[in-house]
Amino acid sequence: MIAIELRGINKSFGPVHANKNVALNIERGTIHGIIGENGAGKSTLMSILYGFYQADSGDILINGEITKIHGSDEAIAAGIGMVHQHFMLVDPFTVVENVMLGAEGGALLDKGIDKTREELERLKREYGLKVPVDALAGELPVGLQQRVEILKALYRGAQILILDEPTGVLTPQETDQLFRILNALKEQGVTVILITHKLQEIMAVTDGVSVMRGGEMVAHRKTRETSKEELAELMVGRKVLLKVDKEEAQPKDAALTVENLSVISADGVARLDNVSFSVRRGEIVGVAGVSGNGQSELLAALSGIVKPSKGSISINGTTVTAEAPLDAAAFRDLGVGHVPEDRHRMGLVTAFTADESAILGYHRDETFNGPILMKRAAITEDCAQKMADFDVRPPTPGLKSANFSGGNQQKIVLAREMARKPKVLLVGQPTRGVDIGAIEYIHKNLVAMRDAGAAVLLVSVELEEIMSLSDRILVMFEGRIVGEVDAKDANERMLGLMMANANPETESAASQEPIEEERNLGAEA
Amino acid sequence: MSASSGNIPRWVDVGLIPLINILMAFFVSGLIILLIGEDPIEAVGILLYGAWGTDYGIGYTLYYTTNFVFTGLAVAVAFHAGLFNIGGEGQAYIGGLGVGLMLLAFDNSLPLILIVPISIMASALFGAAWAYIPAYLQAYRGSHIVITTIMFNFIASALMVYLLVNVLIQPGQMSPQSREFAETSWLPFMHEALAWFGISITRSPLNLSIFWALICCALVWAFIWRTRWGYEIRTVGFNETAAVYAGINPKKIIILAMCVSGGLAGFVGLNEILGVHHRLLLNFQLGYGFAGIAVALMGRNHPIGIIFASLLFGTLYQGGAELSFDMPKVTREMVEVVQGLVILFSGALALMIKPTVERIYAVITAVTSGRRSAVEG
Repeated sequence: MIAIELRGINKSFGPVHANKNVALNIERGTIHGIIGENGAGKSTLMSILYGFYQADSGDILINGEITKIHGSDEAIAAGIGMVHQHFMLVDPFTVVENVMLGAEGGALLDKGIDKTREELERLKREYGLKVPVDALAGELPVGLQQRVEILKALYRGAQILILDEPTGVLTPQETDQLFRILNALKEQGVTVILITHKLQEIMAVTDGVSVMRGGEMVAHRKTRETSKEELAELMVGRKVLLKVDKEEAQPKDAALTVENLSVISADGVARLDNVSFSVRRGEIVGVAGVSGNGQSELLAALSGIVKPSKGSISINGTTVTAEAPLDAAAFRDLGVGHVPEDRHRMGLVTAFTADESAILGYHRDETFNGPILMKRAAITEDCAQKMADFDVRPPTPGLKSANFSGGNQQKIVLAREMARKPKVLLVGQPTRGVDIGAIEYIHKNLVAMRDAGAAVLLVSVELEEIMSLSDRILVMFEGRIVGEVDAKDANERMLGLMMANANPETESAASQEPIEEERNLGAEA
Repeated sequence: MSASSGNIPRWVDVGLIPLINILMAFFVSGLIILLIGEDPIEAVGILLYGAWGTDYGIGYTLYYTTNFVFTGLAVAVAFHAGLFNIGGEGQAYIGGLGVGLMLLAFDNSLPLILIVPISIMASALFGAAWAYIPAYLQAYRGSHIVITTIMFNFIASALMVYLLVNVLIQPGQMSPQSREFAETSWLPFMHEALAWFGISITRSPLNLSIFWALICCALVWAFIWRTRWGYEIRTVGFNETAAVYAGINPKKIIILAMCVSGGLAGFVGLNEILGVHHRLLLNFQLGYGFAGIAVALMGRNHPIGIIFASLLFGTLYQGGAELSFDMPKVTREMVEVVQGLVILFSGALALMIKPTVERIYAVITAVTSGRRSAVEG
């Protein structure tokens, strides 16, 4: 029996077609995985199913009946429960209070609490979902917090449970426990939808799997009939490579050397875990990896935005450590240019005019400043020059930064960061949300920087981009560098597997050589 | 409904919408005046005549306006850094203390030409110092600036009472005031200054501080939009992540913006102590600090807007006083209700009608240009 059927779901956000004619069938009492890269449309699809968004067209069938879902309350009524990537618990409430939140059953809580206790007891018996019911939610370890989220959904009568990247915050042991729970739920007839980008988990726990790419559902497979390699290939896609015209790299001495660099966040998680590598003048080193595996922290540490917790960064002979950190302005003075991953949040100030954004980070420069007042004319003229050099349209320095298209905003950022001929250029997601014409232009300029002798570090979740631009490729997973390959030897399937930290040793015959390298690097680290 | 700004031209945003807000406030005020059995049209007439009909009225109106410009600018500067400084009240109070202490020390020994710049510096310094503590707590200890600045209003108030009752009180006096400063140290009143040129106007508290207020408007404009410090303040206010990326230390910017803000609020002390009262006394700042929030909101944190908003509040203060005098049923409290409504509509509810105006504007442009409306999109 089919628990969920989706027919021809379409959803657009402005010009972005996030879901194109998506169809999906999930059998009752199975665990179904949905995989895809970031931006493939998984989250949008699940948000439609849970009633956060309305599909532009298409039908949702629950147990064979067309169901309209206009909000999470209607989703709950239809028997759909969701466990979000970021938990939605009230920390100072106990587990019981959290579970009954929104279903208190009256103005006085006594009855509700008793009922919830009974129900939790039953759920514990049936599914083996053990939690300390009177503990404060905020004091539980994340694995248990997640269990509370699952209990919340079950308490509300969920027969279909959606888990969005559930293992992202879990330890391997907690992940195993989660999978045992999911299997128990499955045996009781609950349908589980597991959204993830980790191939290993798909193979470990699901019955069926659907692959999304670019908003489309590109394949449905039975898990036992597929392999990680096939899924990786489906996930990454086989689109035509954007060919970048470039000569063989002529790398010279190292301009950027990173040794045992770690960045540990306030909650004690190692976002960047003992990373070592170097980038030489005249080469582009690509950093591949699924978004959120430490790339952002790497860029932040290398540009002075966050302090290293351990290890060192050497730029042209100047060494930065946890004991002797430098701020972003000082990194710029050392000759580090940084095109950040998120131009809206970081790269420019959208409320500023273009010429104001075009001096961000260089605004203290004497070219733009008199003794007290800034030199408006010089700032505007500088921006006009950058706009001419990088073909920014419209070439209007007085226009608000927000009013440029993504590609033109990115060109402004690139122009700014390249203008000072940086010795080290850090580039994050240079072509995210950028139209094809601008992509080519941006790529050409990055190669030109390399040829002019800059050491370029490129972070991108687009494998094509990494492969076509880089001379060497590092692969990151959970804050570590798990592999290094020469770009000439790399292929997408191999990188895809490394990105998902699948163990290619036993299951892939793709290429032995880079796998050796990966192991060596792992041993060093 | 979630239309973003930029769909409407600037004149609608900064001109029409505030005007509609004020008219709505007046409309509701009119209903209230009607309810207590007075003629609202007549009341408006009395209010406007009271504020602008005589040179005496104008003097008072502009005297109030001076204070609103200082506190409005103070709120605006902090706001550009994304900070909500509601401690203008306390900073003005302490700024006045600075002027007072300075004059008590030097009023007999220094000429006016030195008294004025030293007073300006003293009020700015004391106001800034009073803002520095909450700023430091926000920047380095994470204490929320709204909470700390409002607490510092109370502390300032208690401190002033203590000082005036126990320390600075004129010996042999009952009322908590300092001695009067030497007359040579008084900032000239406007009627005195104009008299030098043979122009005679009725005496009012309006004094030369108003010129300093206008100079401050120009200085604040230049500071915020034409210096790198203003650039850094705006960067932090708009986007702290981008600021850190640019190598700007948001903590330092919080301190800088709050000190400038506090200094500006401190200038209320200049107007009140050096310009009008010529002695230290209690509660000379009362209400200006809070009204400054509404002034800045209404003036869109721009000096030009703040001047206009200050004039409006000056009109309400002065015209309102006349109104309660001429219409006994409209009490002083009633006038405060009207002021409160203006603050409510143009401050707290400033953006309430914006989506509606945007939709209406979109419909109008769609109709006039004959193209299909983009309202649904």
